[in-house]
Amino acid sequence: MTVASPIEREWRRHTPRQRLARFALYFGLVAACVVSLRTVQFVPEFLYDAPEQMADLLRRMWPIEWAHYPKGVHEALIETLHIATLGTLLAIVMAVPLGLLAANNITRHVGINYLAKLLLVSSRSVNSLVWALLFVAIFGPGALAGTMAIAFRSIGFVGKLFGEAMEEARQGPIEALRSAGAPWGSIYLKGYWPQVEPAFWAIALFRWDISVRESAVLGLVGAGGIGMAIDSAMNLFQWERVALMLVAIFAVVILAEIAVTFLRKKII
Amino acid sequence: MPAESQPRADTPTAALEIRGLKKEYRRGEPVLHDISIRIPGRGITAVIGPSGTGKSTLIRCINRLVEPTAGQILFKGLDLATLRGKALREARRRIGMVFQEYNLVERLTVMENLLSGRLGYVSPFNAWMRRYPADDIGTAWELLDTVGLTAFANQRADALSGGQRQRVGIARAIMQRPELLLADEPTSSLDPKTSVEIMELLAGLTQGRGIPVILNIHNVPLARRFAGHVIGMAGGRVVYDGAPEGLDDTHLKEIYGGEDWLE
Repeated sequence: MTVASPIEREWRRHTPRQRLARFALYFGLVAACVVSLRTVQFVPEFLYDAPEQMADLLRRMWPIEWAHYPKGVHEALIETLHIATLGTLLAIVMAVPLGLLAANNITRHVGINYLAKLLLVSSRSVNSLVWALLFVAIFGPGALAGTMAIAFRSIGFVGKLFGEAMEEARQGPIEALRSAGAPWGSIYLKGYWPQVEPAFWAIALFRWDISVRESAVLGLVGAGGIGMAIDSAMNLFQWERVALMLVAIFAVVILAEIAVTFLRKKII
Repeated sequence: MPAESQPRADTPTAALEIRGLKKEYRRGEPVLHDISIRIPGRGITAVIGPSGTGKSTLIRCINRLVEPTAGQILFKGLDLATLRGKALREARRRIGMVFQEYNLVERLTVMENLLSGRLGYVSPFNAWMRRYPADDIGTAWELLDTVGLTAFANQRADALSGGQRQRVGIARAIMQRPELLLADEPTSSLDPKTSVEIMELLAGLTQGRGIPVILNIHNVPLARRFAGHVIGMAGGRVVYDGAPEGLDDTHLKEIYGGEDWLE
């Protein structure tokens, strides 16, 4: 047996076929960008006066009508927070069982796993505004429709992530409890729950954070909250009030972000 | 001379008897071929053999973390291989288990990990409310004193070192007041000194309570030092079954293969 000289002993991470495939992928991406640029319909005329339009809008928004806050904004803002919080809570209640059914180490039945995953995907594939349209048709306009829209949109998000957290739980401690003769209820409480608890709270808080932002626009289709106030102010060209509401939403989102970050640190 | 070594004549009743045990993870590829052994009613029985020879599968078949394909596992008049549901749970709580990777619930406190050894006896609701019998809590404190972790009772298990975690693992198994203890490579993740300390603790706690132990271990000197009975496995078969004193280089060659390592 002859030992190859060090120069002949080459090393390559990928086979020629893999290299070709990778090149084709990158080439395809660049080509797609070029083609898109050619087909996307720029209307330069709109862009030419965009700065003027923006300036005009901002001028109408100034000065912000702070005095309107107690009269027409505060209540709507609180309603928005209620919609987000209640909707998220409702979603968690419905998502946890679905997440358990979707986790293949909890529910050892492939058919049920796929069914649960299908439900979770369908919840996520419908935008919350579309859910809101649906629930406005069922319950009429107002906060109830908004709450249901947030809930149904959130089920998929919470259920998917919770189910995945369950699947990632270490099996060792579970085996230890099983070998001690623990019933399944105790295995969930003392084996799974302590392991998925940080993930659970992180998911719930993150979803609430998203829900606050989403529920602010639900009013555009009549599902309650501050979106409704924005919609009517815009229709009446009360831009100083619209500005006030945008600032209020911004402030609430920032506060929610701070609260979530603080709580996450506390819990984990 | 370790006191754990007991002549077989002293142990007329077996702690466990395995007859014709076979395990196939894939059809036609048995990992365990027709294992038939008797585990003495006292002392430590060491199962030695190279990695991947089925030691772990064997020990896991006993408490049915792994389903045996065929055979009988006789324990206190029960055939463990046939039990299901509640009967299986009730049999499992009579058998403690210690793991290589400790398998503690990391985010629970040391005390709660110990008390989870009692979960077979406490209802899920009471476990949720953390209502454990005062008797169990008393035993847990005593065990914590014995393993030297009293000061850590309310610390989370993930704050402990490997040796400390295995002490908790052993204490949790003893909390079950088991009639048999299974130990699956309990020292393989630990340094040599800690390994000996853990083995001394395991031997001391089980001997004082008269609990027979089945110990999977690939460290032959440790097996010789602590076991009263040795079962050598190779290729999914039992190739030695007898006193540790009878284990010579010919046997070790058969169990582990080769001979250079024996020098």
